[in-house]
Amino acid sequence: MSNNDQDQTENTTPESFEDPGQPYHRPRLADKDPKAAKRAERQVAVLFGISVIGTIMAIWAYFGLRDMGDDVASIQQTNTMIGLGVVLSMLGIGFGAIHWAKTLMRDHEMVEERHPLRSSDENRAEAIQKLKDGVEDSGIGAGPDGVPRRGLLKGSLITALAIAPLALLVPQIGNMGGDWNISKFRHTMWKQGTRLARDPDGSLIKASDVTIGSAFHVIPDGLATLEHDRLEEKSKAVVLLIRMDPRDLKIQPGREDWSFDGIVAYSKICTHVGCPVALDEQQTHHLLCPCHQSTFDVADGAKVVFGPAKRPLPQLPIAIDDEGYIIAQRDFEEPVGPSYWDRLKSGDTTSEEVAA
Amino acid sequence: MKTLATKRYHKAAPLFLVLLLLAAITGVAAVTTSAPATAATQVNDQDVAEGQKLFAANCATCHGMSAEGQDDIAPSLVGVGAAAVDFQVGTGRMPMQMSGPQARAKAVQFEQSEIDQLAAFVSSLGAGPSVPTAEQVDGSMGDPASGMQLFRTNCAMCHGSVGGGGALTYGKFAPSLWETTPTHIYEAMLTGPQSMPVFNQANITEDGKRDIIAYLDVQREPSPGGLKLGAIGPVAEGFWAWLVGIGLIIASTVWVGARSS
Repeated sequence: MSNNDQDQTENTTPESFEDPGQPYHRPRLADKDPKAAKRAERQVAVLFGISVIGTIMAIWAYFGLRDMGDDVASIQQTNTMIGLGVVLSMLGIGFGAIHWAKTLMRDHEMVEERHPLRSSDENRAEAIQKLKDGVEDSGIGAGPDGVPRRGLLKGSLITALAIAPLALLVPQIGNMGGDWNISKFRHTMWKQGTRLARDPDGSLIKASDVTIGSAFHVIPDGLATLEHDRLEEKSKAVVLLIRMDPRDLKIQPGREDWSFDGIVAYSKICTHVGCPVALDEQQTHHLLCPCHQSTFDVADGAKVVFGPAKRPLPQLPIAIDDEGYIIAQRDFEEPVGPSYWDRLKSGDTTSEEVAA
Repeated sequence: MKTLATKRYHKAAPLFLVLLLLAAITGVAAVTTSAPATAATQVNDQDVAEGQKLFAANCATCHGMSAEGQDDIAPSLVGVGAAAVDFQVGTGRMPMQMSGPQARAKAVQFEQSEIDQLAAFVSSLGAGPSVPTAEQVDGSMGDPASGMQLFRTNCAMCHGSVGGGGALTYGKFAPSLWETTPTHIYEAMLTGPQSMPVFNQANITEDGKRDIIAYLDVQREPSPGGLKLGAIGPVAEGFWAWLVGIGLIIASTVWVGARSS
C-alpha cells in the first residue's frame, strides 16, 4: 500500500517536458579509424565486384552453356546459372550501395520540423463559404422563401445515379453463363441401362474385369464422344467403381440390389465442396478427398467417417446386362456434389421427385 | 628357404595378384547378378523347395507355414502371385521391420535369386500375376502422353500429378515413384500392395501400364525451372516462399535499418 502511494507521487506528470535534444552522436568505426574506413571502402568495392562477376556469369551462361544440349538437364543448368548470375549482379549493387551509405557517407543527424496539420481558421472559413455558395447557386437547398427549388433537377439526378450501375451489372450478370436452368444440377448423364465406361478412353467394363481390390474410374458410355458440354457432364457423372470382398460390404437397407457381388459404384464428387474423391485405400475401404480430408467408408454406404463433408457420397445403382457389361439402373437418387439448396427446404423432396 | 623365396617373388607379382583378384571378383559378381534373369524365366521344383525353406525361415512367423495368413496380422499369400512377392520383398517392404500404419520400403533383405525362389514357392500355392518381362516394363516403348492421361485419372490423386507421392490417412502415404524401378511400378499396379487398389490388365491394359512407366520416366528428368521442391504443389512452394524467401527479405531489412558499428 505504501509502495503504491510512493509510486503515485513519483509518477505525477510534470508541467512540461524538457526538450531532450538530439540523441548522442556516436561516431562509427569508419569515422574514427582511417583503417576501418579503408576496409569499408574495400568491402563496398568487393560487393560491386561480385555484381560484375554475376553479370558476366549470366551472360556467359546464356551464350556459353546454350550449346550444351536441348535436354532438360542442360536447360536446368543454364537457367540456374543465369538466375544465379542475375541474383549476384542485382544484390551486389544493392548491398554495395547500402553498405557505402551506411559506413562511408556523411553521418550526421538532421532535424525536420513538424508543422501543425490543421489549416488556419481563415482558410477553413473560406472553404466552408465556397461550399455554401455552391449549394446556393445550384438551387438544391431551400430558397430564401424556404421552398426548395429545382425539384425536377434533383429528382432526375437521383434517378440517373441510381440506375447508372445497371449499365455495368446487367451485361456482367448476363454473361455469367447464359444458362439459368438450375435444375440441370439435379440430374446427370446416367440413365436406365447406361453402360459404365473407363475414364478417359470410354471403353466398356465387364463385371468379370473388376477383380477384388480393383478401383475403376468410370464415366457414362457416350460421354467420351460427347460434342457439347462434355466437361460439364463429366464433372457431374464421374463414378468410382470398386470391388471388395462381399463379406466386407455392409449392404444398406433399401439398397439390396444396388450392388453386384461386391461391386459398388459411388459418385466421385465430394459432398463437401465438390472435389473428386478418389484416394481409395484398398485395405480400409476408405475413400479420402484430397482437398479437405473428408473420408468416406465405401464398405458402409460411403458414410462420412472423418472430415467436413456432411452426407454420404451418392450411390449409383448398378446391374449387369445380358452381355456381362455393368450398367446403371437409373440416375443417382439425389443430386451429386456439395449440399444442394433444395435440401435446406425439406429433407426428402428430391427422392420423391425422382419417384414421381 | 631364402633362395626359394627370392625366386618366387617377382617384381610385378603384387600388381598381378591385384589384377587377378579384381578379375575374380567381377567374374563372381557377373555370375551372381546374371543368375536371377535365367532363374525368373524357368521355375523348377528345386526353386520351389528352396523358396519354401526361405519362407519358413523368414515369412512364416506372420504369414503361417503354408502362407494361409493370420487375421489382422498378415494376409494370406495364396494366389497373390510371383509379382506380389517380387514387389514386396524386392523393395524391402517385406519382411516387415515392425508393425505400423504401413510397411516401409527399406534395404532389400535378400538376393534377387532368393527373391525368385520365394516367388516360385508362393506362386506354386495358387495362380497369380507373374513378374513382368523386360519388354513389358520398357518405358522407351511406351507413349508418355497417353501415360499422362492414365496417370492423371488413376494415380495422380494419391501419388501426385508427377508421381512425387502424397499423404493418406492415419500415417499411411503414397510413396514417390521417382526412385521405383519400372518392374516394381508394374507389379504394384498388378497386385495393389497395401492401401493401393488393384489395376489389373482389364482396367489398365499392358500397353497402358507401359505408357504410365514411360510418363514416369519423363518425370525423373530434372525440372527446367530449377528446384522441384518435391513437386507436391503449392503447399511446398508456399512454405518455401514464406519461410526462406520472406525470411531473407526480413534479414536484409534488419541489416539495412541497423546502424553501422
